[in-house]
Amino acid sequence: MTMPPQPADTEGTGSSSPGGPDVVVCVGPGGVGKTTTSAALALQGAKRGRRACVVTIDPARRLADALGTGHLGNEPHLVNPPAGSSGWPGELWAVMLDAQGTFDHLVDRYATSGAQAEAILSNPVYRNISAALSGTQEYMAVEKLYELEESGRWDLIIVDTPPARHALDFMEAPRHLMRLLDNRVFRLLMAPTKVGLRALEVGTQVLLRTVAKVAGGEVVADTVEFFTEFEGMEDGFRARAKRADELLHSRKTEFALVCSPRRDTVEEALYLSAQLAKEGLEATRVVVNRCYPRYAPLSAGAQNRLADGPLAPLVANLEQLELVSAKEEEQLVRVSAALPKAVLYRVPFLAREVAELEALEEVACYLETEEARE
Amino acid sequence: MEPLSFFSQTRVLIVTGKGGTGKTTVCGVMANLAAREGLRALVVQVATASDRLEPETANLSHLFGRDEVLGYDEMALVTGPSGGEVRARALRPDTALVEYLHLHGMRRLSRRLVSTGALDVVATAVPGMPDMLVLGKVKQMERAAAAGSPGAPELIFLDAPAAGHAIRFLQSPHGLLEAASGGPVRSQAQEVVDMLSDPDRCQAVLVTTPEETPVSETVETAQLLEDRAGIKLCAVVVNARLPVLPLPEHLESAALSELAAGAGVTLAPSELESLIVAGKLRLERQGAQAAQVVRLAEELPLPQLELPFCFSADLGPDQLSTLTDALGRSVAGWQPVELP
Repeated sequence: MTMPPQPADTEGTGSSSPGGPDVVVCVGPGGVGKTTTSAALALQGAKRGRRACVVTIDPARRLADALGTGHLGNEPHLVNPPAGSSGWPGELWAVMLDAQGTFDHLVDRYATSGAQAEAILSNPVYRNISAALSGTQEYMAVEKLYELEESGRWDLIIVDTPPARHALDFMEAPRHLMRLLDNRVFRLLMAPTKVGLRALEVGTQVLLRTVAKVAGGEVVADTVEFFTEFEGMEDGFRARAKRADELLHSRKTEFALVCSPRRDTVEEALYLSAQLAKEGLEATRVVVNRCYPRYAPLSAGAQNRLADGPLAPLVANLEQLELVSAKEEEQLVRVSAALPKAVLYRVPFLAREVAELEALEEVACYLETEEARE
Repeated sequence: MEPLSFFSQTRVLIVTGKGGTGKTTVCGVMANLAAREGLRALVVQVATASDRLEPETANLSHLFGRDEVLGYDEMALVTGPSGGEVRARALRPDTALVEYLHLHGMRRLSRRLVSTGALDVVATAVPGMPDMLVLGKVKQMERAAAAGSPGAPELIFLDAPAAGHAIRFLQSPHGLLEAASGGPVRSQAQEVVDMLSDPDRCQAVLVTTPEETPVSETVETAQLLEDRAGIKLCAVVVNARLPVLPLPEHLESAALSELAAGAGVTLAPSELESLIVAGKLRLERQGAQAAQVVRLAEELPLPQLELPFCFSADLGPDQLSTLTDALGRSVAGWQPVELP
């Protein structure tokens, strides 16, 4: 694997641009081209001479398709310009998030001893938390973002996120594990090391018995063991989660809302934007993908007289596509009105699948032109 | 195949596919067709442990011309002829957990467990448990359907999570069978596995659009569903296919002007441009979609059903009706739908 470039700065600040890299987090519903948009934004950065890195946490591994790189590992990978292309002045890096690997790495880092790390890594409850606890993937994406930011190797980091229904978890990710650790039930589960299981209050014993009854006694034993092992590491995790949370809320971090011009995806996107607002954040860019082009219509006379001749299919086609674009326009107006301050980009329906760098470059071009507001 | 025979193949149809391909729409359209055939259909939308139900659950109601967000209680969406109907409800892991505890004599504890965040505890200690509880509830409804209980549906459509999460969701009882050595969880998981692996009780429908990435992911999901979750695949629905128009292959302004002149029309340059550009886009899309449909058939030997693209940015009762007609024809012929 090629090693990422070292920062060019001589100040030793660990950052390649003042105040650290710019971060763009792409949020939006599933199936609207969020991964493609993320990759195109990173490519755009590279074309502007920036050292850009895109992180995807999409389990479908579509970024790998879009970048034509096949399987991406948990470490950033340099994407070379396609053969025959003039290339770009900056650099384009891509990384596919491996949530499990990232979590294991964190445990290694914050464990006080090799034995503690090993005990945690082999605990079944830890495997469950890292593989299946809701929000873990999102938490690890934020962690990865923080790791990349901290390395100072990049000056633009683009983060793709899981589909809409999970994006809230993404925002809450750094706090999620902390909340779990703070959960009263778990805190009580940890108590046995200090006071012995017998000294537990009656209520907790009933809770434990219930969990044991529902899920089996070995589950309770493993859980107690996990929390026992985890002791001493919480502070490290907590401090790091706090810094990651600050990064998400920093002024260097922008949110891009990605949707398609359909009622349902627009609704979900606006819902997400409202959720961001609750966090005191706002989407600064809105990318509307897969828009049908707008066509100059036929005159009413021409339309009528050509409606059933040899040109009928062409006329019908134009009519159908115009209808779609008119309906889409209503949705664009809605987005525009709901997010008056955001920069709006309209990416047309592309005839070819965006599965190659050339196609990605085409998408990046559409992200150069801001949509005029009416 | 007659729609009625199609729907009598099984009692639970699990509908899944890549995000954005129209799972919810396909569920609604299938249920509506079943209701037209006089069946009592129930659409169940499920949330996995990490889902938030809002605002997606309003999309199904919207298709039926309603605004309500689906909740735990069944809601009647449409009443068809001869007793057919579409009802819908949403299932969430937390309510499923409460029900489960009630059924197992832990009523007093259930509220406290949920309010103290015990769902998180249970989910962490036993991953797959919340998902399995939701599936357990579906199994309970399937049993009621099999027994012909009063008020029970005859056919259940499960609007499952998107492809990647669907595998984990449907695999959950298998994982629990391995993890739990005994007790109520194990027997519950065994009963769910029995349902999932019995094609007379449960089968899966995959939804895709005729585009490259969704088709590739559908083929992948199909294999995983069969191998890991042991579910029989019933059909693949190719959604939002552009109806094929017989457009001329060569679009040149001189030739088009001449044809228009034949009808006594002089087309302005901008009109010619529109016809040509729109025509080229349609030809490209039609060609690309046809190629993907062929590739899907080659890589996934399943009956294909087809639903047309609706020329609208929104799906409501009009589109539901058009799509239900199209699905009926597609089921009847197991072949591409011809549209006006």
